[in-house]
Amino acid sequence: MKPARFDYAAPDTLGEAVSLLERHADDDVMILAGGQSLVPLLNMRMARPELLVDLNRIAELQYIREDGEWLAIGAMTRKRAVEESDLVRRRQPALLAATRLVGHPQIRNRGTVGGSMAHADPAAEYPALALVLGAELRVVGPGGERSIAADEFFKGYLMTAMEPVEILTEVRVPILAPGTGWSFVEVARRHGDFALGGAAATVRLDASGSFSEVRIVLFGVSGAAVRLGGVEERLVGQRPGDALFREAGATASEGLEEPLSDVHASAEYRRNLAGVLTIRALGEAVARAGGREPGQEERR
Amino acid sequence: MTAQQKISVMINGTMHEAHVEPRTTLADFLRGELALTGTHVGCEHGVCGACTVLLEGRAVRSCLTLAVQVDGASLTTVEGLEEDGKLHPIQQAFVEEHGLQCGFCTPGFLMTVHELLYENPDPSEDEIREALGGQICRCTGYQSILRSVRLAAAKLRNAHVAGSTQHS
Repeated sequence: MKPARFDYAAPDTLGEAVSLLERHADDDVMILAGGQSLVPLLNMRMARPELLVDLNRIAELQYIREDGEWLAIGAMTRKRAVEESDLVRRRQPALLAATRLVGHPQIRNRGTVGGSMAHADPAAEYPALALVLGAELRVVGPGGERSIAADEFFKGYLMTAMEPVEILTEVRVPILAPGTGWSFVEVARRHGDFALGGAAATVRLDASGSFSEVRIVLFGVSGAAVRLGGVEERLVGQRPGDALFREAGATASEGLEEPLSDVHASAEYRRNLAGVLTIRALGEAVARAGGREPGQEERR
Repeated sequence: MTAQQKISVMINGTMHEAHVEPRTTLADFLRGELALTGTHVGCEHGVCGACTVLLEGRAVRSCLTLAVQVDGASLTTVEGLEEDGKLHPIQQAFVEEHGLQCGFCTPGFLMTVHELLYENPDPSEDEIREALGGQICRCTGYQSILRSVRLAAAKLRNAHVAGSTQHS
């Protein structure tokens, strides 16, 4: 057997799970969602919890609903369910695009929406998507429920704003507003591998064709997914164009703090990639804001 | 520490009841407890795909699922593919197109291809490649596997046509 011994509980309801975590507040407890990141850590004994609380039997955490201007997604919803959701395809295509880049089909069959958010891997697609779309994350604990904006939720390498006794219950993703252009791009050696780097962007253009809103997020290039606030500010009010995108790319590249360096790609490679991906994401998002699919020629 | 837990699971149409330690992975349970050694264990952290089985018809890594989690579920392993001693059309296609050499990765490929072709009977080349992206083979160079999948798809489509003719 690979993992070290642990106690195991698989509550049927969220209420039971919350009280279980409260009772074991002083123990080393880990929450098991889809297990596609945690079970490898258990198998390698990098994680050795005393108690594993498995959320897979909690049916009330698996849903995708339209809720006003939001898509409300239960934390235990499998990524494959997101991929196959007609609601997601119609209401938030960026979520669909990001989901298709997560691992392989076998991983998406088990991996959950909430699991990826709570794990906060720097190369994972979902935290980057949450940041670029301005998602909200609902958590529940002994003190009740609270909602955390994505900008406040992700705290760095594998760290979130959740307390150990809290459970992520719902991810709320804004529905794509008409006129908003988006992009979600990444570079990986094979489709489904961890991204060597990726970028996500959403843009809105005003009547004169200048940027009125821009959000850009890089992931997989440093210790956590990161919003490029400085680049965003400098783009607002400007007219989109290749020269401007290149300038944004250069800023993103130069401004990248502590790029990751590992056997897959050097820090220098990732710094370059940060710029390239910023340029690509802006180009795609602007094309979609103009009603074109990226790659199509602009109509004159 | 948690004592062993009792689980009941349908595997290849047969109900199994067993007591397992919570830390037992589904892969180890299948191989060690049930002697279903057709499911192979390679990397044991979700990268190689050798341990892929069908859980409620969906391909999953049995090394990344705990045995206690499949209590009440229905599974298919590579042992469940043959019918009445005859190879499944996907297996037959792998034989005919030499989709294996050493065979270590083959059970995982077969289960992944099973999910692919039952959901998408006529996949494009890109769709096949994407579906197989999570399976590692160190012998074939993949080209014969791609040919095997195309042949398997054709066999299954023909079987489906023949089947519906019989029923009409």
